Amino acid sequence: MESSNSILSIQDLHKSFDQTPILKGVSFSIEEGDLVSVIGPSGCGKSTMLRCINGLETLDSGVINAAGARISRKPGAKLDTDFEKNAHILRQRVGMVFQQFNLFPHRTLLQNTMMAPVIVRGVPREDAEKTGRALLEKVGLGAHVDRYPANLSGGQQQRAAIARALAMQPKVMLYDEPTSALDPELVDEVLHVMKALDAEGMTQIVVTHEMRFARDASDYIIYMEGGHIVEISDEDEIFENPKDERTRRFLRRFI
Amino acid sequence: MKKTILLLFLALGFLFQSFAQADTKTLRWAAATDSNAPYAFYGPGNTLTGFEYEVIQAVAREMGREPVFVPNDWDGLIPGLGRGLYDCVICGIEVTPDKAQEVLFTNPYYVTYEQLVVKKGTPQVTSLDQLRGKNIGTLSQTASFNMLSKTPGVVVKTYDEEVNAYADVANGRLFGVLLDYPIAKYYAFANPNLKFTGPPFGQVTYGIALSKGNSALAAEMNAALARVIASGEMRDILSRWGLWTAMVADTFGQPEDPSLPDTEYRAFVAATAEQPTLLNRIIGYARFWPLLLKASLLTIEVSLLGMAGAVLLGFTLAIMRVYGPLPARWLATLYIELIRGTPLLIQLLILFYGLPNIGIKLEPFVAGVLGLALNYAAYEAENYRAGLLAIPKGQMEAARALGMTQRQGLFHVVIPQSFRLVLPPVTNDFISLLKDSSLVSMVTLVDLTGAYKQIATQTFDYFGAGLLVAAFYLLIGLPFVRLARYTEQRLNPGGRSPGAKGGRFQFHLGKS
Repeated sequence: MESSNSILSIQDLHKSFDQTPILKGVSFSIEEGDLVSVIGPSGCGKSTMLRCINGLETLDSGVINAAGARISRKPGAKLDTDFEKNAHILRQRVGMVFQQFNLFPHRTLLQNTMMAPVIVRGVPREDAEKTGRALLEKVGLGAHVDRYPANLSGGQQQRAAIARALAMQPKVMLYDEPTSALDPELVDEVLHVMKALDAEGMTQIVVTHEMRFARDASDYIIYMEGGHIVEISDEDEIFENPKDERTRRFLRRFI
Repeated sequence: MKKTILLLFLALGFLFQSFAQADTKTLRWAAATDSNAPYAFYGPGNTLTGFEYEVIQAVAREMGREPVFVPNDWDGLIPGLGRGLYDCVICGIEVTPDKAQEVLFTNPYYVTYEQLVVKKGTPQVTSLDQLRGKNIGTLSQTASFNMLSKTPGVVVKTYDEEVNAYADVANGRLFGVLLDYPIAKYYAFANPNLKFTGPPFGQVTYGIALSKGNSALAAEMNAALARVIASGEMRDILSRWGLWTAMVADTFGQPEDPSLPDTEYRAFVAATAEQPTLLNRIIGYARFWPLLLKASLLTIEVSLLGMAGAVLLGFTLAIMRVYGPLPARWLATLYIELIRGTPLLIQLLILFYGLPNIGIKLEPFVAGVLGLALNYAAYEAENYRAGLLAIPKGQMEAARALGMTQRQGLFHVVIPQSFRLVLPPVTNDFISLLKDSSLVSMVTLVDLTGAYKQIATQTFDYFGAGLLVAAFYLLIGLPFVRLARYTEQRLNPGGRSPGAKGGRFQFHLGKS
């Protein structure tokens, strides 16, 4: 499935925790500017896959290419000494947003966005501040730059987390159930930000339970179950005419 | 942080430099700071006096040296010689074969015997065998202790302070006290409730103790001592202190009668006889202000430096234990268990008196600070470990996802947050370190507890001196409690309520 202009490709990814296989050979690739939703039942491995793509988890085997960075491991081989080094490069090009936001509570929103660019990239503070303000403005938090995370709503915190990830100028953004921890009325403001990013051409992978968002905003949808990718389909097709029986069974609950 | 470390090292460097400047023109002599009349003790006005003090002054003068007093604890006197803290010890040390194995003695500067003291009205005692089944008090590590231990059936009770032993005779807890004649004379003879009984028991010789092998200095001192005795100066000194006995006269081959009236003895008895009123007592304590202030300063210095060291080392240990590779984790755990499983006092004594055996001699101040730092580091490490573990895993993950290394995540994200969490327990530890710093008085430092010992032995007011020093500890501790509370509030960003939505500490659970 790897094509010449794919910005992210995964080949035969395997991952297990304590002898329990979670990912049993996952492969796909996406092109620049795509917004891909990953759906599937709990425990299907979608979050683990996302964490592997960002190098937060080691691989058992497989190859991940993202934005020019590459991590790989041959089956049965020991973990490459360069693995962490490559994963570190990868993480600087791939942004990640967590279900629980994980903002740094001891820093203001502005400081949250400035930290990584200053520490990791050595960006001058003034430049980082300018970028940080602009990004917070963009996600609708321009009035709150000097506030601490705990003084904000969940939706505001998640938008700030997106701004923080964007501050590192990633080529790909990963979202791990970004709206699952939010009250229903706060979900839209986060999804709105992601749609706006899509309009700007950002490549995004979203692990989500928001079927409406998946359908409305995605370029296509990956359905996972039992550590495998069951189906990759056009967003309308998967909802109206799923090819696989398992996909059909899963989606029945949402329609 | 780096600046603090640098300053600490600079300070330690200075301490090491100021250490070990031996001047051949001085005679560094030691006595126990809490030793009592008539030996070398702090008299009225908090100045050193006593017959031993006068003897060592005369001997040093004859040697053409400047006498320099080095205070120490009784238990540390002989070990201190081995460490080279001073040249000699003059502190009523009895010459025995056992002790001659450890140190080199000069010729005797005094000879005496053991005097039995009993309650007024007790029948005459003529032999130690009559003490069978009786409680007899004495001081530890003395000739009389050995003598009593060898007498079958005697129940030996050891005391740290002779006044307490004699008080127990008067109140009936003890049948009698057997101690060197000078002690009995100064602390029991004038007491109307007590009486001397029995013949002189044994013979006790006091010698100046030098470190083994220092025979050149011994010869020099012996010559000087001989001149002090021959000139009659020794007889003058001992006469004024009321200690010129037939036994001494016979040993030195001089006339039996005192050459001067016993003015020093009378002054001592007169001073101790009067029962001071509460007001006089409080006024009397005023003269200890300089001592107490100096001692407080030392206590504060030792505690602050000790805590700084404990924080740095404890922090390193915690990082090793939580984030280090397996051998580092194992090493840190071993250190923590080892230190927490052994008493601080033993650790201090090993540092100060044990390390010289392998060639490491530490200045008392350095040993005190180091001992506290090494000990408290183990407790600090556990505090920080708890603090580090209390920070949700998601924080480090977020840091790494942003491209930070583990190290950057630790220093910029995890540690700053755990710092606030551990502040209260660390403050508590500092308060208890402040109190535990009293143990440094065991390595010759005159901190508040050292000052307590000096004041108590001079005033015999253990109650008042104890309250006074306790109050000082309390006063020193208070500002730190305040300071900690203030910083804790300041470090608390936003001042939000703990129930706020999406609270400060979010726990990342499960992997979906």
